[in-house]
Amino acid sequence: MNIHTIANHLNDLCDKSHTGLQFDCYPIDGEVEVLQVNIVGREEIPVFVSVTENQVLCISYLWGEDEVNQDRRLAMFETMLELNIPMPLSSFAKIDDKYVIYGALSVQSDMQEIELELSVLSDNCLEVIDEMVDYLK
Amino acid sequence: MGILNKILTAFRGGATEVGQSIVDANSTRIFEQEIRDAENHLTKAKRELTDVMAKEMQASREVDRLKRSISEHEGYATQALEKENETLAMEVAEKISQLDQELAEQESANANFTAHATRLKDLVRKTERQLTDYQRQLSMVKTTESVQKATASITDSFAGSSSKLLNAKDSLERIKARQQQFDDRLVAAEQLADENSDKSLHDKLAEAGIGEQKSNANAVLDRLKARK
Repeated sequence: MNIHTIANHLNDLCDKSHTGLQFDCYPIDGEVEVLQVNIVGREEIPVFVSVTENQVLCISYLWGEDEVNQDRRLAMFETMLELNIPMPLSSFAKIDDKYVIYGALSVQSDMQEIELELSVLSDNCLEVIDEMVDYLK
Repeated sequence: MGILNKILTAFRGGATEVGQSIVDANSTRIFEQEIRDAENHLTKAKRELTDVMAKEMQASREVDRLKRSISEHEGYATQALEKENETLAMEVAEKISQLDQELAEQESANANFTAHATRLKDLVRKTERQLTDYQRQLSMVKTTESVQKATASITDSFAGSSSKLLNAKDSLERIKARQQQFDDRLVAAEQLADENSDKSLHDKLAEAGIGEQKSNANAVLDRLKARK
């Protein structure tokens, strides 16, 4: 399992997608290879996929620290903790100065599970931004 | 103190900057070597355990055999005594005493094997537990580093291209606007389809001569003839 097998699968899906979403994949070069997965109609919020020894990590950026209304930061944290369990398959996290939601799967996962993960992560992302926009500037 | 603490310390110390590692590559390699050593110990301990457990089973069977033999000979001795054959009884008693000694030796050996097996089982459990924990810690370090490197790849990629990550509000608005447009188009297409299906029904009715009739040349000619 690597990002290329995932990319090939998603690019070949076309209308055979199980989730009703269409994916466009672009590998990003670097020390760790990352796959940028654009979902048709939601290109502004891509999902980034990387594969480590034992897990497949899918990450979507929500917003940067600079977008957060600092007076409501604590309330935002509480909401994130409260939503963490109800939100299916994804969790909140912070990388550097960016808030993200992510999902981690075993490298043994099959392609349909990865497809579902990506679709749920993207849905979660849109819903989270919509719900939490009050905490932003 | 676990690896989590090291990771947090590195974060707080600003080690999240590109190129800086949580734990230097050398200590990761040492850690991986420790894991391999622990795995080797575990394999050896498991092999030894199998060996000791086999010996324990063997000793246990021998103990059973000796116990059976002793009780058998005790029967013989009793019978000899009943027949007042003191000499034979004495001979059997000597045999029993010899068997007793053997039994004591076997039981002691058995107890030793059992104790040894228990010690090895504890060791295996402890090593397995430690190995799982080492692997968990190594996975944490590797994942953290991988995410940092992945983030660096993403950042570089967006810095070098015309596309960029928009802020959350704008992104959502654009996606919603596009979705609305799509929905509107879908509604429009449905309306159009409805109108078309109305039209086809209308055509069928006309064909059957029901409803408003179209004027045609024949009808005009008929009308003119009728005026005559």
